[in-house]
Amino acid sequence: MNRPIKNSRKLSRDVAIVGAGMSKFGAFPGISSRDLFLDAFQEMRLSVDRGFDPREIEALYIGNFSSDIFEGQGHTAAILADWTGLTPRPATRVEDACASSGVALRQGILAVASGLYDIVLVGGIEKMTDMPTSQVTDALATASDTLYEVPAGFTFPGFYAAMATAYMHAYGASVESFMRVGLKNHENGALNEKAQFGATIRQVMDKKIAGALAKGRPAPQWEDELAFLKDERANPVIAWPMRLFDCSPISDGATALLLVSAEIARNFSEAPLYVVGSGQASDAALHDRDTLTALCSAQLAAREAYQMAGVSARDIKIAEVHDCFTIAEIIATEDLGFFPAGQGYRAAEEGLTSRQGSKPVNTSGGLKSKGHPVGASGAGQVVEVWKQMRGEAGARQVAGTLDLALTHNVGGTGQTSVVHIFERR
Amino acid sequence: MEIPRHWRLKKQRYALVGEVCPHCEAKIFPPRDVCPECSREAKTEFQFSGRGEVYSYTTVYDPPAGYEEQAPYTVALVKLEEGPVITAQLTDLDGQPVQIGMPVEMVTRKLRNDGDERGLIVYGYKFRPRLERQVAN
Ligand SMILES: [Zn+2]
Repeated sequence: MNRPIKNSRKLSRDVAIVGAGMSKFGAFPGISSRDLFLDAFQEMRLSVDRGFDPREIEALYIGNFSSDIFEGQGHTAAILADWTGLTPRPATRVEDACASSGVALRQGILAVASGLYDIVLVGGIEKMTDMPTSQVTDALATASDTLYEVPAGFTFPGFYAAMATAYMHAYGASVESFMRVGLKNHENGALNEKAQFGATIRQVMDKKIAGALAKGRPAPQWEDELAFLKDERANPVIAWPMRLFDCSPISDGATALLLVSAEIARNFSEAPLYVVGSGQASDAALHDRDTLTALCSAQLAAREAYQMAGVSARDIKIAEVHDCFTIAEIIATEDLGFFPAGQGYRAAEEGLTSRQGSKPVNTSGGLKSKGHPVGASGAGQVVEVWKQMRGEAGARQVAGTLDLALTHNVGGTGQTSVVHIFERR
Repeated sequence: MEIPRHWRLKKQRYALVGEVCPHCEAKIFPPRDVCPECSREAKTEFQFSGRGEVYSYTTVYDPPAGYEEQAPYTVALVKLEEGPVITAQLTDLDGQPVQIGMPVEMVTRKLRNDGDERGLIVYGYKFRPRLERQVAN
């Protein structure tokens, strides 16, 4: 379907990120999302180079998919305002499935750009691990079309697996292409102390071998990482062709960003990130689309963001993209124009998206390794580009001048996509 | 839910009744009274043939609640011959490998096991490999 968008949109005034923080992502029994948010808020505060008084914050925009189902707690934004000492400031919860905090960021940007506020807090929270997996699966399924897709027995891994099947059929990719994405993201996540699964696939293998030996069992033998990933028992099929290590985990986590108008950014930060592009688009449920090998909403969101920024895919130095499944990262790198349609899998196989490659993608470990507390993930992507662009990413720091970075956050199977472009000046 | 809408939903479930757009001829499923192609009103009922082909598919090994007994099962996006793509489980495969482009046809089957107690739709459409056309002689 061809849904034209206005050719170029502009913000009324410039907006900058002057602080960014996140909790560790993982499974934290007994810790609520509001407590995790305090961790993220505290790290964000400390990241504001010149300091600030939180009472200067004028409004909050909080991304959250489903605290109602996951924690039995709705109306979460006002609670977070209270928990951070910001009552009675307006606090708005934003829900667009897994794109919730990417869209919350966009709402924060629009609020500052409009001139209504100068200083806005954007955050994301999700607390998913208190429930049995089957109930989490049901909750996540509400982000698809529950009348027409869920009754067929489709699951989220299933939707992306159907995209992977179509992609393999169209372009000749193999399951190995997908495995390469997982390997790379685990390499990156192993260098991220905030990651839920901060281990390389090699380290996972060594742990399994040690575990078997400790129990007096024969140690499993794998020739290499790919052999491990192809082993049915070590890496079971969830929804063919997506296996366990192709899927992002169920996670708890929170993220926080501080947005200000560009003219006051230097009062807060020695190295602010200026928001130069923002784009968002919607799409029908997966069954109602002309293609399964691309997300039209992501293409439209990217086009809007590139046009606003006046840059092209070539200019982007690093990107955090929505790899809820490994196939999603490959499709994202094509939708964003990093590689031509049908070439994303080759780029992944050739290492072009590794930290040393020409287009580093998901240096944080991505949702795959870092974790995917769905409502927190979009703002979490910004935490990574904040660190990378400011040279604070430690062992996973990408070399060179990172003057332009992009984040790509997807809701559901692409019913929502939101893309942001940031500049260091 | 108002009764007419309930009956309409039932008709969609059992008989693949959608809509056709009086303005641009687009065939619409699921019916929503608005044409997704031209955004104009489209309330004319349309009976789909139930024939189509596999557009893409996956085999689910890690099923949601209510589908455990069926796993592993194959779900597909089926492109109906009239145009729309719908989501459905494949059935009666008898070990036959599934391929993109495979001709399939609609049948009515039980969808899930826990539907009665949870008040969910239990029966609905699935698709099976299309039987060979009879050779005229
Ligand atoms: Zn029409």
